[in-house]
Amino acid sequence: MLLPVVIVGGIGLVCSVILVIAAKVMAMPADELFDAIRAELPGANCGACGYAGCDDYAKAVAHSGAKTNLCIPGGAGTAAAVSAAMGVVAEEVKPQYAVVHCSGNCNATEDSMDYQGKQTCAASKMFYNGKGSCQFGCLGFGDCLNVCQYGAIAIVNGIAVVDKSVCVGCGMCSKVCPNHLISIIPATNTIYVGCSSKDKGAVTRKVCKNGCIGCKKCEKACEQGAITVTDNVASIDPEKCINCGKCVAGCPTGAIVTCESRCESIPVSA
Amino acid sequence: MKQFAIILISAVLLNNYVLSRFLGICPFLGVSKKLDSAFGMSVAVTFVMALATAATWPIYTYILVPNGLSYLQTIAFILIIAALVQFIEIALKKYIPSLHAALGIYLPLITTNCAVLGVTILNLDEGYNFAESMVNAVGSGLGFMLAMVLFSGVRSRVDASKTIPKAYQGIPITLTAAAICSVSFMGFSGIVDGLFH
Repeated sequence: MLLPVVIVGGIGLVCSVILVIAAKVMAMPADELFDAIRAELPGANCGACGYAGCDDYAKAVAHSGAKTNLCIPGGAGTAAAVSAAMGVVAEEVKPQYAVVHCSGNCNATEDSMDYQGKQTCAASKMFYNGKGSCQFGCLGFGDCLNVCQYGAIAIVNGIAVVDKSVCVGCGMCSKVCPNHLISIIPATNTIYVGCSSKDKGAVTRKVCKNGCIGCKKCEKACEQGAITVTDNVASIDPEKCINCGKCVAGCPTGAIVTCESRCESIPVSA
Repeated sequence: MKQFAIILISAVLLNNYVLSRFLGICPFLGVSKKLDSAFGMSVAVTFVMALATAATWPIYTYILVPNGLSYLQTIAFILIIAALVQFIEIALKKYIPSLHAALGIYLPLITTNCAVLGVTILNLDEGYNFAESMVNAVGSGLGFMLAMVLFSGVRSRVDASKTIPKAYQGIPITLTAAAICSVSFMGFSGIVDGLFH
């Protein structure tokens, strides 16, 4: 009667003693550096730093010598705190935000089909390059909006618009956009090209009133040499641009826009 | 040698733990979404199956049987396997951190895995000696790996499909696919007789 109890109890006791000894003998020292750094990070796990999440980034800072100023949502405050934990001098964090290189809203362009499939940009893009008559434009199903953890994106009149005051520049939206319309630029730059159409001017003009037709007037208007037109679409070098606005005034189609004019269109509730 | 080959082939193909014996279905459905995690899980399961057999076979043979307590094998084995997996995790973390990083997240899942318990108990039911038990444990682990890897391929195809009706997405289509995989493994019945007798 007693034997089964003793034997099973004995096996359990031996196992537990072995485990306790193992836990003591093979204990790993707690990683204080990692804990200190992880405590300073925002915990949004957005991936803007280029690592798989806040845990991964904290590990990289603590053990692999990653830079301390990569957390964009946390900004200068987090960079300073992480640097303090590491005992190094903080490097400046440049605030950034996302801009959408498309102005093809419902007033400017039309759909080429009555798309009834799965209501995501990725699925629509797979089906004959999207529902719009311009194959480069914003598809308007809001894949970017769904991936944004900060609620900085709204679909206004058929295109995605970023609220600069909310956007932290993590770049999640830019990764998910099937047409690669979203880029991350420094917060000091307010002017960007609102079009990504690589079609020739006449073709672009036919499908969208607001498209860049590659006329190069902006290239000539810019005194800083910041604008170049390649593949029939202008692009602005954010390093050289001084936000003078001469290109905005000179653009015949209104393809070059300022973020102020774009942000105004966002309804207050969004 | 021939008996080991028979045990190995029947463990991998004929009596495949997932697809023929229907043990270890939880990780089979839960961790088979991606090839690399399916492979990592299977390696961990194979590893634990071998060690669990090495630990339970002597305890059963030299402690439980002489005392007439073989009816306690289930509870004793659960105890031993749970403690063993915890011990392996602690040891790996300390001495082989790279292996811990690869298998670490799967080890706690294996603590209560019925496939591991199944291997240890079925080894004794079949009357295998220690060497045969070890071959059977490793073979069962390899069979588990084969099923996981094959099914992760099936699953990535199924998940990419856009034409599955909404009510059928997720678990229902996964279970149906698993059933079809299982039926395909029934085709191996008789292979051991054909090869070795």
